[in-house]
Amino acid sequence: MKNNSEKNQRKRNDIILAAVILIIAVAGFLFLNATKKNGSYVVVKIDGVEKYSYSITENITKEIITGENGEYTNTLVIKDGKASVLTANCPDGICVGHREISFVGETIVCLPHKVVIEVKKEASNQNLDAVV
Amino acid sequence: MNERTKRIAFLGITTSVALILAYIEAILPPIWTAVPGIKVGLPNLIIVLVLYRFGFKYAAIVSGIRLIIVSMLFGNVMTLAYSVVGAVLSLLLMSILKKTDRFSTIGVSIAGAVAHNLGQIIVAIFLFETVQIGYYMVVLAVTGTIAGVFIGIGSNFLLKRTDSIKI
Ligand SMILES: [Zn+2]
Repeated sequence: MKNNSEKNQRKRNDIILAAVILIIAVAGFLFLNATKKNGSYVVVKIDGVEKYSYSITENITKEIITGENGEYTNTLVIKDGKASVLTANCPDGICVGHREISFVGETIVCLPHKVVIEVKKEASNQNLDAVV
Repeated sequence: MNERTKRIAFLGITTSVALILAYIEAILPPIWTAVPGIKVGLPNLIIVLVLYRFGFKYAAIVSGIRLIIVSMLFGNVMTLAYSVVGAVLSLLLMSILKKTDRFSTIGVSIAGAVAHNLGQIIVAIFLFETVQIGYYMVVLAVTGTIAGVFIGIGSNFLLKRTDSIKI
């Protein structure tokens, strides 16, 4: 009898635990959703270093070439205020499959090529190879 | 068969099964493509089993051997970093919750799966130097909870099936 009530108590605690985790997740989602803003710049980082920066209002197609011998490519497309990767020769293709990004802080990561594309609110003041 | 032999045999089997689960996970498509390399943590099924059957020390041994072999076979430094932080956080939280004796295997597994994901997100934030990856914690909390329920049910089943093995 006692064993049974202990069992029920544990089951109830399990449900409370799951509920708390899910409530925190939903609250986090609502918070992030409510605070998201349209970005104005698209920044390309290669191996952690910012290399290119473009206005998100431009319509451009840019070949990002990386690797010691320039053997890696990712084609960045900015169109209608959204950035995406059109093609890439990375083995996983995750960056190509990623949906378009347009809100501040959103990123597309190409792990094999060490390329990160991020939407920012403002352009940074660093020396960039190409500032549009 | 003496106890020691039995124990070694059981740990050998559980480690191999953990490796198979890790392999299945490695060849499955990523659950959340935005953060490459993140996994549900299928091998946690075995870790929960060993934790309940033999305790923290043995769970840590199986987990450690699994991580080393997995990273040698089909990983790289990146996936190793993810796995180590995820696995350590997960095992610590699970053994703490198990000690309180207030949760069933399912509750412990849920905490383990969510902690596993949290650990990976923390690594990703450091790796990509962008806090916004925290967004995905939301998704991973949900997938972790679901994965935890199934891992808990599976471990319960395995625990009943291995009831005759005592060390
Ligand atoms: Zn890629």
